[in-house]
Amino acid sequence: MPLYNEAQVVREVVEHARQTFPNIVCVDDGSTDGSAEQARLGGATVVVHPINLGQGAALQTGITYALQDPNAEFFVTFDSDGQHRVEDALAMVNRLDTEPLDVVIGSRFLDGRTKPGLLKKVVLKAAVIFGNLTSGMKLTDAHNGLRAFNRTGAGAIRIRQNRMAHASEIIAEIANAKLRYAEEPVFVVYTDYSRSKGQSLWNSVNILSDLWLK
Amino acid sequence: MDNQFFIKAVLIAVFLIIGLFLVIPTRGARQLAVRRLTTLLLVLVAIFAVAFPDLINSLANLIGVGRGTDLLLYGLIVVFIGSSVTASRRYRQQEAQITDLARAVAIAQANHPAEKSDETP
Repeated sequence: MPLYNEAQVVREVVEHARQTFPNIVCVDDGSTDGSAEQARLGGATVVVHPINLGQGAALQTGITYALQDPNAEFFVTFDSDGQHRVEDALAMVNRLDTEPLDVVIGSRFLDGRTKPGLLKKVVLKAAVIFGNLTSGMKLTDAHNGLRAFNRTGAGAIRIRQNRMAHASEIIAEIANAKLRYAEEPVFVVYTDYSRSKGQSLWNSVNILSDLWLK
Repeated sequence: MDNQFFIKAVLIAVFLIIGLFLVIPTRGARQLAVRRLTTLLLVLVAIFAVAFPDLINSLANLIGVGRGTDLLLYGLIVVFIGSSVTASRRYRQQEAQITDLARAVAIAQANHPAEKSDETP
């Protein structure tokens, strides 16, 4: 769970998730509002970045850390702001357990439950088309933070994009490593809180330049 | 203008190469070597320009640029953009190194995950 300045909500999110998943790792990415302490109170293991690096870097740190536990079989990336549902994560892990898959990627657009605004929808769809063109995969949602990996999947992913471009990078890594993947319909809860922190659309420009510039 | 064709072609080609350099990964050794060779070349050109200003002028006229000063200005722009590009590339490489370092520190400071069941009730 990448964590950056979510002190208001993270404790509740962690407590709720722990009812289903016993081991929660929060990677505090240099929060200044006591998020790390709140996550600890919620029962998470907190790994603290000494400086702010970005969400992609936090995800990679969390995966690297969790892979150290030889008993860990499945790895889920989950947003710390409460926009993902634990039920969806559990369903994804169950699919990894029962089906021959390495990765299950959450998608908002497989059914009509999630209601993003029109502009957000257009930008997300453009990102999907771009991602499918460059990776050769067939996905319906490119920038969903809810993903589940088995050990093979988690070990094959190497996130070098520190900032927001990591979502596209993960897709590209899945394609490169020829992992077996599937999509799972998930419901993203756009609360007023998550809307107020939502991604600026300007970020699509930053994402494209991060992906192309070496 | 027909006589400006040459300088236009050269400048556009140089900018295209710089643009290409932005998106193509290169090896560290070659990048460093190219940067040092460019610096050396710049020093030689600068000495040449100071010693023989008339030659710079006639070179400018030859390739369709009005004055030697203008040619120097064009050169300065090319060098400036090139140096901005290499600086931003070096910044990106350094950022990747800092990320690896910060991740190693973060993981070293956290308890090993296999032991954490002992510390949390």
